[in-house]
Amino acid sequence: MAAVQETVEQVRRIDVEQYKYGFVTDIESEKAPKGLSEDIVRFISAKKNEPAWMLDWRLDAYRRWLTMREPEWARVSYPKIDYQDLYYYSAPKKKPELASLDEVDPEILKTYEKLGIPLREQELLAGVVRPEGERRIAVDAVFDSVSVATTFQKELQEAGVIFMPISEALREYPDLVRKYLGSVVPTSDNYFATLNSAVFSDGSFVYVPPGVRCPMELSTYFRINERNTGQFERTLIIADKGSYVSYLEGCTAPQRDENQLHAAVVELVAMDDAEIKYSTVQNWYPGNADGVGGIYNFVTKRGDCRGDNSKISWTQVETGSAITWKYPSCILRGDNSSGEFYSIAISNGHQQVDSGTKMIHLGKNTSSRIISKGIAAGVSQNTYRGQVTAHRKAAGARNFTACDSLLIGDMCGAHTVPYIEARNPTAVFEHEATTSKISEDVLFYCIQRGLSQEEAVGLVVNGFVKDVLQQLPMEFAVEAQKLISISLEGSVG
Amino acid sequence: MTALLEIRDLRAEIGGRKILNGLDLTVNKGEIHAIMGPNGAGKSTLSYVLAGKPGYEITGGQVLFNGEDLFEMSPDERAAKGVFLAFQYPLEIPGVATLTFLRAALNAQRKKRGEEELSSPDLLKRVRELAKKLGIDPEMLRRPLNVGFSGGEKKRNETLQMALLEPRLCVLDETDSGLDIDALKVVANGVNQLRSAERGMIVITHYQRLLDYIVPDVVHVLAAGRIVETGGKDLALQLEATGYAQYQNEAA
Ligand SMILES: Nc1ncnc2c1ncn2[C@@H]1O[C@H](COP(=O)(O)OP(=O)(O)OP(=O)(O)O)[C@@H](O)[C@H]1O
Ligand SMILES: [Mg+2]
Repeated sequence: MAAVQETVEQVRRIDVEQYKYGFVTDIESEKAPKGLSEDIVRFISAKKNEPAWMLDWRLDAYRRWLTMREPEWARVSYPKIDYQDLYYYSAPKKKPELASLDEVDPEILKTYEKLGIPLREQELLAGVVRPEGERRIAVDAVFDSVSVATTFQKELQEAGVIFMPISEALREYPDLVRKYLGSVVPTSDNYFATLNSAVFSDGSFVYVPPGVRCPMELSTYFRINERNTGQFERTLIIADKGSYVSYLEGCTAPQRDENQLHAAVVELVAMDDAEIKYSTVQNWYPGNADGVGGIYNFVTKRGDCRGDNSKISWTQVETGSAITWKYPSCILRGDNSSGEFYSIAISNGHQQVDSGTKMIHLGKNTSSRIISKGIAAGVSQNTYRGQVTAHRKAAGARNFTACDSLLIGDMCGAHTVPYIEARNPTAVFEHEATTSKISEDVLFYCIQRGLSQEEAVGLVVNGFVKDVLQQLPMEFAVEAQKLISISLEGSVG
Repeated sequence: MTALLEIRDLRAEIGGRKILNGLDLTVNKGEIHAIMGPNGAGKSTLSYVLAGKPGYEITGGQVLFNGEDLFEMSPDERAAKGVFLAFQYPLEIPGVATLTFLRAALNAQRKKRGEEELSSPDLLKRVRELAKKLGIDPEMLRRPLNVGFSGGEKKRNETLQMALLEPRLCVLDETDSGLDIDALKVVANGVNQLRSAERGMIVITHYQRLLDYIVPDVVHVLAAGRIVETGGKDLALQLEATGYAQYQNEAA
């Protein structure tokens, strides 16, 4: 028996070596073959020139992932994912270069226009490349993306803020990354996070040194340098003592991706007196009218209020994806730390949203606030799932939760699933929840004043989500507002 | 000359109940018509049918607005073409500032008419002027529309919207109810300023008192879904004394 086992092992080893060399020689290739194995993990790590510990970290995650099962508790249903039928690495693809906006899909242009995105930015988003001379003219007329970006980089550098792709940070600041990576979302956390740990391709790394207030919204930068995020994105943000940073990911412009499965991980660490504000506008392709082809978005986002008096605030506007499975959470470890979650989740057509937050109160006098606005239209299902817990030592923990759902039409569903647990008798948790249907009378009132049915729905819904919209950085609030109206088009009448 | 509004033998039902039973009414440009009548007679129904509220079934008759078939137009189209209804019970829209609502309404109408949208500063200036005339605190413009407004404040706000949108046909459904004496004068004054040779109004009220301030050209009695009597301003005074008992038989 033992001998047989040994032989099998040996054969496997030889096989693996051959396989490995089989495509390590081909390291210039753009894509790894389909499927997931230790070799694919090695390939990804090699592609990124990662240090050895990082490879071990990934392999560890991969091995653990093999022992895990895909979670089934969320109120979403989708055909079983064949993980061996996916590609786990492809080099960041260059967008097709287009000569002018005339070559861009008119549907996309229409949406840009509705969102009020400036023309030059529309070109950037759509991947239009202008000839050299002409570009100059555009520079003078609007702005030069390259020079603006460089100015930003310089400003960040002067402030001592590190902001770069995580793959680059792994090479330039390996100790810093190593210290924090996986310290909030461990490699063993959950099925999708573990998968991400094994195969993540890239993402952002931010470090704000003690006492520094990041001189700009990191969003501003992104808008100009649209990233090629890939399907397994990994973000790590550290705000050291007394620092502040505001970060915005995503884009209101509709994003398509050939990868159906997206499993990102975001880790935030706030030290003493530090504050992180993280905003998301997510508008992935939701699938066609029959619900075919949309993105599955399985995200793990967690913030650790590690220091006393620290604060982490999540704001999200979720309008896209066929399936959203996402619970940005806060671990309130430091005394007097606070966490916030402001969410707008819109589902239309066949979309399924299961989203919410977790507030884990560990330190003394910690407080959290949850404002969730769910809007369901079409035949979609929209679930808020939230957990608030106070541990034994969390004296004086406070939470306020308000969960409002708005239904548009008779075919959709909204659900609220709160889990509340206080193991300290001094904890004070308040929970409010409402579900209402959009009022026909209110819509008629608006229409009588000249608004179209769609404009009326947009106006009423924007009023419904106002408390959350106000939390977004100004420039995005306006766009998000338009995005909300657009995503509900065709939801009534 | 084409009438501003011509209603012929209008019949309408809701939920299988016949509410309007052959109603005739003609309003010419420049005229103010008052409609009085018992509770449940169909006054609000008439206003809703004119505005195009869903749920009503038109079972007979015709309505021409400036010579065009009103029922061929969608409700928002009617609004853009100048049909305005001051609601008996104005609705609340949480989270939408009054000013935002006014801007959305005005610009939606202008867009439909192929006109330029009004810029925010111009709009603000115009709204402020009108609000002042109607004794509306400018602070109110920032509050969500009608949310927590007192009954009288809601009615003033309806008048403000009307003044801003400058409609061709104004239907005021009990705009006087809920107003104190001073507010009544202010609102009536606002309405009177909108009186013009190009504009017609239908003023639905239960109280003769309003008609002291908004003096109508014609007064109608609407009972059981029809106009059962038409007269001058005196008719309102007379009704004050006699009530509607005399019309109940006619209705039956
Ligand atoms: N959805 C409905 N289903 C059935 N009946 C209705 C419906 N809506 C209104 N009605 C009835 O239609 C009738 C006319 O109502 P309407 O509101 O037009 O009266 P009104 O003349 O405006 O009365 P008031 O002076 O009290 O305002 C009433 O008897 C009312 O109960
Ligand atoms: Mg009425």
